[in-house]
Amino acid sequence: MTTAIQPLPADQNAQLQSAYSAMVAQKRRQFFLGFIIFILLAILAAIGAEVDPQKFAMNFWKFPRYFNDMTPHIGLLTFFDDVAEWYWGLGKWLKLMAETLLIAYIGTVTGAAFAFVLAFFASDSMSVSGWSKFAARRFLEFCRTVPDVTFALIFVVSFGLGPFPGVLALAVHTSGALGKLFYEIVDNIDMKPVEGLRASGASWPQQVRFGVVPQVLSNFISYSLLRFEINVRGAAIMGFVGAGGIGQLLIEYVRKFYYVDVGAVLIIIIATVMLIDFGTEKVRHRLIAMEGAR
Amino acid sequence: MNTPPMKTSLLDRFPDLGAMRSKHPNSFKADPRRQAQIGVLVGSLIALYAFGLYYIGFSPLMLINGFGKFGIVVSAMMPPDPGSWENALTFIKGVVETVSMAFFGTICAAFLALPFGFLAARNIVSNALIHHAARRFLDIIRGIDTLIWALIWVGVVGLGPFAGVLAIITADFGAFGKLFSEAIEAADQKPVDGIVASGGSRLEGIRFGIVPQILPVLLGQILYFFESNTRTTTIIGIVGAGGIGLYLTETIRTYLWEETSFIILLILITVAAIDWISGKLRIAIIGARPV
Repeated sequence: MTTAIQPLPADQNAQLQSAYSAMVAQKRRQFFLGFIIFILLAILAAIGAEVDPQKFAMNFWKFPRYFNDMTPHIGLLTFFDDVAEWYWGLGKWLKLMAETLLIAYIGTVTGAAFAFVLAFFASDSMSVSGWSKFAARRFLEFCRTVPDVTFALIFVVSFGLGPFPGVLALAVHTSGALGKLFYEIVDNIDMKPVEGLRASGASWPQQVRFGVVPQVLSNFISYSLLRFEINVRGAAIMGFVGAGGIGQLLIEYVRKFYYVDVGAVLIIIIATVMLIDFGTEKVRHRLIAMEGAR
Repeated sequence: MNTPPMKTSLLDRFPDLGAMRSKHPNSFKADPRRQAQIGVLVGSLIALYAFGLYYIGFSPLMLINGFGKFGIVVSAMMPPDPGSWENALTFIKGVVETVSMAFFGTICAAFLALPFGFLAARNIVSNALIHHAARRFLDIIRGIDTLIWALIWVGVVGLGPFAGVLAIITADFGAFGKLFSEAIEAADQKPVDGIVASGGSRLEGIRFGIVPQILPVLLGQILYFFESNTRTTTIIGIVGAGGIGLYLTETIRTYLWEETSFIILLILITVAAIDWISGKLRIAIIGARPV
């Protein structure tokens, strides 16, 4: 069945047309106004941050030179010897990198454990009382907002130099960051199993164990793995403030202008981070697949 | 939802559960191989944790001593006090500088990353070599932390907030490029097909078919990064790249605890304010939708 669309009468059409163009014009005006405010803010921010294009143009040539300085001369014929000489400290560096990974691992696990416990108190669906929910949420907020390096700076003063303050700083920050994600997951669960358990007389820990945990565990693990990736990067710079790991060596090399060594250590860090990202991504995809199959 | 609603209870349908259990014992038991696998995995993770604690020299005594000192530090931090009006003004200026750095760095990084996002998206650039090269390039940039980029840029443009801005731009460029390319790959291809079929060019297909789909997603991500950059920028001053971090480090190193806690309080207020503003903006831009 074919029907021709009847064109509207001319006066009605013109009315619609003018209303349409008025709306378009208003939208354009709004966009334009927003754009101008945005540009003004950007200019203000640029002034506040002392952005200086001239300085940038005059010094930019140093940027490629920096990377050039970080790589030694590597001849084609003496390739292996040159690389071996570049990585003269490989054993020491790998050991420190392993220490960095260990710091990230312990920090993540400890933080995730605290987040796990606090998430149930902070969630809408499982909280015990309004007061404990408020306290748990504010505590998590505080842990999340203060950057991990700030915690590390303070912990280094009270626990002394070494990897332990780094672990503690990562753990505190991780519990804040994961705690929020965790309680949001707990808020989105299906409450029927919990209600069933409550109706049949289960205690609060039993409700959590059999009603909530089976629903949220794979998501919790997935987020913890994501946090582990972030913490590996974080642990690599903990050494800047004396909190262990490979960062300590990196900042020392930078301060002493040992550019070639800086390059070698940076490559180790980048390679490790990429490997970890790759591995955790594989595991997370499997977890998501498991979640989908359920 | 392919199973019909269950009206009868389990016991009604299987009156003799005990007999079933004795008839098919394996169906009522957990898979022993899977349980062993999980046991080994969890066991080795715990063993690694224990080894790690031993390796970093953990001991209960150290924990008690450390927290004792930490308690002294915290009590020394009370009440937060900038010392003088002059100091308070300096710290507030540092916070303003921090926010400026985060804002300008985030928007610059987003503008620079947009073309790379398209280059690294499989559905835009069909040449596998190019989009893989773009992906790996972004991965390498992302592998270096903002603080390390700040060290490098301090070596290039000297101390000051400008080095910090450049560090934020470089580090976020990698992250944005990856996120943008994923958003572009997740976009629906049908509008593009429609535009191309009705005579539009490939570029018009991207402009009118893909950009309207991804724009709200990208704006949401940019806002999120602005929030998280405000936090990161507070520590960038540790390596001399501007912002409040310089004062934070200085006051901690010189044990001026009341000023330290004042700065931390200032950071908390700023971050909360930024989160609030960007939350409002997010709702205004992409509607009230959980991100």
